[in-house]
Order: sequence, then C-alpha cells, then structure tokens
Amino acid sequence: MTDARLRRRKIVNGLMFSLTAACTIACLAVLFVILGYIVYHGAAALDWSFLTRLPKPVGEPGGGIANAMVGSAKIVALAAVLGVPVGVLGAVYLHEFGHNRIGFVIRYAADLLNGMPSIVIGVFAYGLIVLPMKRFSALAGSAALAVIMIPIVLRSTEEFLRLVPASLREAGLALGVPRWKVILLVVIPSAWGGILTGILLAVSRIAGESAPLIFTAFGNRFWDNGWLNPMSALPLTIYTYAISPYEDWHRQAWAAAMVLVLVVLAGNVLARLLMRGGRGASNA
Amino acid sequence: MSKGGAVAGLTERAGDRLFRYGVLCAGLAVVGLAAALALELASGSRLAWSEFGPAFLWSSSWNPVSERFGALPFLYGTLVSSALALAIAGPLGVGSAIFLAELAPRRISDACCFFIEILAAVPSVVLGLMGIFILVPGVRAVSPFLIEHLGFLPFFRGTPYGVGMLTAGLILSIMILPYITSISREVLLSVPRPLKEAALALGATRWETVRLVSLPYARSGILGAVFLALGRALGETMAVTMVIGNSPRISASLFDPAYTMAAVLANELAEATSDLHLHALMAIAGTLFMLTLGMNALARWMILGTPTARRRP
Amino acid sequence: MSDERTYSILEARGLSAGYGSGDAIRNVNMHFYDKRITAIIGPSGCGKSTLIRCLNRMHEEIPGTQVRGVVALSERNIFHMDPVRLRRQVGMVFQRPNPFPTMSIFRNVAAGLILNGLRGERSLAEVVETSLRQAALFDEVKDKLDQPALNLSGGQQQRLCIARALAVEPKVLLLDEPCSALDPIATAKIEELLLQLKDQLTIVMVTHNMQQAARVSDWTGFMLMGELVEFGRTDEIFTTPRDPRTQDYITGRFG
Repeated sequence: MTDARLRRRKIVNGLMFSLTAACTIACLAVLFVILGYIVYHGAAALDWSFLTRLPKPVGEPGGGIANAMVGSAKIVALAAVLGVPVGVLGAVYLHEFGHNRIGFVIRYAADLLNGMPSIVIGVFAYGLIVLPMKRFSALAGSAALAVIMIPIVLRSTEEFLRLVPASLREAGLALGVPRWKVILLVVIPSAWGGILTGILLAVSRIAGESAPLIFTAFGNRFWDNGWLNPMSALPLTIYTYAISPYEDWHRQAWAAAMVLVLVVLAGNVLARLLMRGGRGASNA
Repeated sequence: MSKGGAVAGLTERAGDRLFRYGVLCAGLAVVGLAAALALELASGSRLAWSEFGPAFLWSSSWNPVSERFGALPFLYGTLVSSALALAIAGPLGVGSAIFLAELAPRRISDACCFFIEILAAVPSVVLGLMGIFILVPGVRAVSPFLIEHLGFLPFFRGTPYGVGMLTAGLILSIMILPYITSISREVLLSVPRPLKEAALALGATRWETVRLVSLPYARSGILGAVFLALGRALGETMAVTMVIGNSPRISASLFDPAYTMAAVLANELAEATSDLHLHALMAIAGTLFMLTLGMNALARWMILGTPTARRRP
Repeated sequence: MSDERTYSILEARGLSAGYGSGDAIRNVNMHFYDKRITAIIGPSGCGKSTLIRCLNRMHEEIPGTQVRGVVALSERNIFHMDPVRLRRQVGMVFQRPNPFPTMSIFRNVAAGLILNGLRGERSLAEVVETSLRQAALFDEVKDKLDQPALNLSGGQQQRLCIARALAVEPKVLLLDEPCSALDPIATAKIEELLLQLKDQLTIVMVTHNMQQAARVSDWTGFMLMGELVEFGRTDEIFTTPRDPRTQDYITGRFG
C-alpha cells in the first residue's frame, strides 16, 4: 500500500520534472531555430557589395544597405549623445542626494518611461518634434531613442554607483577634497567599467528598435541629407523589405536581419560578459 | 590664512551646490520627459475625446474617410493577442523557471538563463520577419486540421489566412517568454533554503517541495513577472504589426485578421492627414499609455509583495 | 592636568553625538596635545569611533548623526568651519586600507593635491617622495610608482593611505583602528612609523588593542558606554588608574 503510494509519488515527481525540462528545451529551441534560420537565409544573401551599396530602385534586383547601416549608426550615436549624460548624471543625483521625495519622483518617472512601449515614445517624439517642424527627421528618431535609453542608463548607472565602497568616498573627503570633486574624480571613475557596460546594453537595445522610427526618422532610400531630414535605419529597411511583395527584397531583408542581429547580440553578449566579470571582481 | 581660507571655503561650497543643482537638473529632466509625454498624449488627443467622448473606447468603427473613430477593435485585438501570448508563454515560462531554479545544476541553469536572455535581445522586427516567413505558413498549414477537429468552438472557425490573432499571439509569446522565465527563476531562487529543506526532511519529493513550499512562497512574485510580461506584450509593435493582418474587425475566430493599438499607430500615424484622425491616433496612444501604466503598477505591487524585493532598499 | 612642554591643539568640550535615538557618546571633554600621540581605548561599541569621526566631521557622512557641544581646533570651533578646509588640517586614516583603485601608487599619494588643485613651490614628485618616506614606504615602492595601488599588500596599502593623508600636510592625523585589518608584522611597522611621525604632527588613534596604546601613545583616554571614563598620561592610566572601571578593563576583566 505505502509502497505503491511512494512509487506513484516518485512517478509524479519524475513526470513533472521531465515536463519542466521540456519547457526549458522548448524555450532554448525557439532561440536556436531563430538564430539558425537567420544565419541560413541571411548568409546566402550577404556579400560585400550588399554592405557597401545603396538600394536599387523599386523592382530592380540587387542593391545594398550601406545607407541604412550608416543611418542607424548616426541615429543611435546622436541618441547616445543626448541620452547618456542625462542618464548618468541623473543616476549620480539619485545615488548621492536622492534619498528624499525628489529622488522618489525621479525613480518613479524613470520606471514609467522604462515600462512604456517604444511606439508610445515614438508618438511622443512625433508630436514634439515632427509635427511642429512639419517634417520627418533623423533628429526626431534620435530623440525618441534617447528617451528609451535614458531610464536604462539611469538605473544601471545607479546600480553600479552603489557598488562603489563608501570608504573611497570617505578617503577622498578626509583629504579635504570637496564633495563634487570626490564624486567626479574618485567615485565615478571607480564605477566607470560598469557604467560603460550599462550604456553598451542600452545602445544595443535601441539599435534594434524600429517602432519609434517609423514616423520619426521615416526611412530613406538614398544617402541622408542631414539631421533634419528623413534618414534610413537598418530596422526600418528590414520592415519595409519584409512586408513588400518582392522576392528579392525578402532575400535582402534576411541579410539585413542577419547584420542587425549580429550587431545587437554582439553588443548584448559583450555587455553581459563584462557585467558578469565586473560583478565577480567587485564581490571578491 | 583665515581670510583666504574663508574665501576659498565659500567657493568650494558653491562648487558643491552647483554640482548638486547640475545633477538635479539631469534627474528632473527625466521627470520632465515623463510629464511631457503624458501632457503631449493628452493635448494631442483632445479633439478625439471631445468629438466622441468616452464612447471612443467602446465604439467599433474605424473609418478615416468618414472620420468615424472608435478604439474597440484595437483594444480587443491588443487584449486578446496579449492574453493568448500569456496563455502560451505563462505555463512554458514558469515551467522552465521551475526546472532552472529547482532541478538543473547551477551552472547549466546559468548558461540556459544566459541564452534565454539573449532571446529577449533579438529585435522585434527580426522576430516579425521570422513570423512572416515561418509562423504564417505554419499556422496556415495546421489550421485546416484545427478547424476540422475543434471547429465546434467559435475560436477555430473561418478561413485560414495564416495572418491573424493566433499568429500574433504566438509571436508575442516568444517575445515575453524570456521575461517570464528569468524573473520567475529569480523569484524561485529567492525562496529560503531552510523552508525547502524542511519539506525535504519530512520526506517530500522534490516536486512536492516545489508545489507545497516554493510555488506558494513565490506566487505573488511569479504573478508579478507575468503582469510585467503582459505590460510588454500590450505595447509590442513591429512583430505583431507584421503578422496580425491589420484589419479593424472584432471576430471570435483566432484565424481572422485583427489589429492592435500599437499596430494601428505604426501603420497610420505617418499618413494621418486630418486633425481628427491624428487626434484619434493620439487618443489610442494615450489609452495604451494608461493601460501599460496600470499593468506595470500592478506588476510592481505584486513583485514588491514578495520577500525578495522587500529586502532590497 | 596638562603637558608642560606643549599645548592643546584640539579640544572636545561637552561633546555628545548620536544616531537618531540615544547618544553614542555623551559629554566628552578631552584635550589633544600638539605633537603627541593620544590613544582612545575601550571595548567595541563604546563610541570611540564616533568620537574620532567627530574630530574632523566625518560623522556627517553617516546620515542622521547629531552632534552637540564643541570641538575646537586651535581655539576655532570646527563646526563653524568649512568641512573641506577643516579636513585638510585634520586628516584621517580608516580601519580598512582604502587606496583609490583607479589610481597608481604615485597618484594615490598625490591625490589630495591633484584633486584639490593645490600646487606649492614643491613639485608633485617631491611631495610624493617625502610623504612616502615619512610613511616608511618609499624604499618598497620606489620602482613601481606607476603600478595600481591595489597590487600592494594590506600593510603597504595602509601605509600608502597614511602617506596620502600626510601629503596634504595636516596638523592632526586621526587613525581609526588603523591596524585592525593587518597582521602583527605590518602592525609593528605602522606603530614604529607613528612614533617617528610624532615629531611633525599630532596623532589621535582609536584602538581596541591595549598593548598598542601602551606602546605608542603619550596620552590615553578610556571610554565605556559612550562616556570618557578616564583620561591621562598613558603610563599613569596603565599603572595607577584612578577609576575602578579602567582598572577592570586594563586587567582584562571585560572587553
């Protein structure tokens, strides 16, 4: 009687754990199918000229994504220039002085922005920049991406500032150094590795964003005409090509997707490895 | 010395104050952005609200030509596709979280988690591309079978186009799976070891320990993870836009094309010419804003309810 | 009670300090004599760390600390001074060595000057060498001044921190249990170093090691539960204490 009961409990035990293991395998399988498929389709269409040429006119086979890659790099770079200082300095405020009501409000606002869908941020940039200027512009795209980036940088920077031992700050202050110099020249440099890692993670996140760019940077089939004009971006190109009816554009969409995934995942993985190393070292 | 010292002292304190105000500005910029976002969505949508009133939310016509706008089809599509995603990714994510937290050796668990978090980093547009070329044909291939065998349910009727609610739900589930898995795993790992050991010492099997100790202890945290994922799903744009069919109709069948709030923004905002159309789209963005805000607040409240989060300052 | 050959450079008058509820130190009155070493001893939790932190206002770094009373540096109340100016005159070395991890040995020693933008007629290299020699570290590190400070051993790091504090030429040096994280040999080196430094500046040291206080200091204060029980010449405190509680402590009955 008890033997049978025990056996049944053990069977249930084994069954449930096989089931949960199957769930894990399914999750991982999805990732590897996706990566495998992209490499399979993307590598076939990828060559040097694809990376260095402009798109051909609609319907004509061939052409490349040079303008989209340059556009993406420019839009993301401007977004970082706009967003990183706000995120890092805001985090310095939160860490040094933010144990009050203002700090609470800032954290709340950052969480709100962090949770907002990127398309809503895009709508924000559209209303704030595109509508008043009456033109799509790379500037609006960068602004949208910067808003997405700020809360990510803010939170990761605050996290890494917290890892800096209080004794370093005390050592600086005890030397008779003003607080602001201690923060800028001792505390922030000590956390610099982690802060850069957080920035890398945020950059690789916004590099893959397309939703907020549709009605801000808009896309462009030629070299861009500066920040106040429409600019091409890799995710936009993938979107346009994927929903188009042309076979050749589908092929190019895969190749472009491979380039994008390569860049985004490389940044992401690098940041994670650095972060793991950094955390380990600071714990030791 | 005393004179020079006093002057130097003053300038140094001024330096500290300047620095504090400087970084405060950066912090307040974040608050300003959030406030400006809310304000922009409110003022940009006022025409729609004054024209249609709250009925905007439950009116189901969407016609830019005759300028009749109602958000219901998009609200419906957003909620149903997200619910569908949750129904698929929830059990799968929590299941693998249990495996990763309770059974797998730590190193394998960490490695799996690393890969699962990479899945979260794959850009939405790339998943959409996968959706168009794998999921859509796949759904088209299996749907006749489902219609034949489960056609007595209203969800499995109609014409299998391939694009539609079911496909959108599937792609969304892939997108939120990593969130559910990694947060649930964190929550489960935070269950105090003595509690589990107490159950094991009573002769419980590992699964019984999970069911009787870990899951009840971690329940609100896991629910929080699910709501956080739901918040993500509600606003997910590109992948959904590419596979949902983009048709503002309300249909019980999961095979029929539908539309979401994020997708209609992606498709129509750049081309909205009339003021009312623009304001109606802004009103949809505002609704999405409120919905996400509510969902995230709920999620945070639930995660904060777990002992893990309470320990953090 | 005073030292006829010197004068009191730093003085606590009716000093009380606490964190929120309850005082960690109560009504402390104490003189610190110029170019002498004063040791503050007592069991853990007696408030000796709080006291020494109040002497250059480092207590302000612990949120919620409140202070009443006066600390006077050369007859000026330090609570009315600019803390930055104060700390250049009253330096501090902490329990655990805390060199700046992002800086080389050279830059660590020069940190106070570089960060303050202070340049005298002496060159940085000169100041660094002098300070390292004063801290009895120069011969050990002269060939690796460009290396990260974290490459040094714990005892060397602590002497580096002393050199860093000496480089800004303070009048008073506070040491908060400077040897508690070090082995006996490193401890002996630091003690020897303190005896040499006595000619140049005033030293206040918190320690829970009575032998150390007896070996190094000229004056000793014994604290218990936030009160300064007894203060006097070190040889008197250790041979003929007047308070029975001091007697109990130095004979090892508690603590």
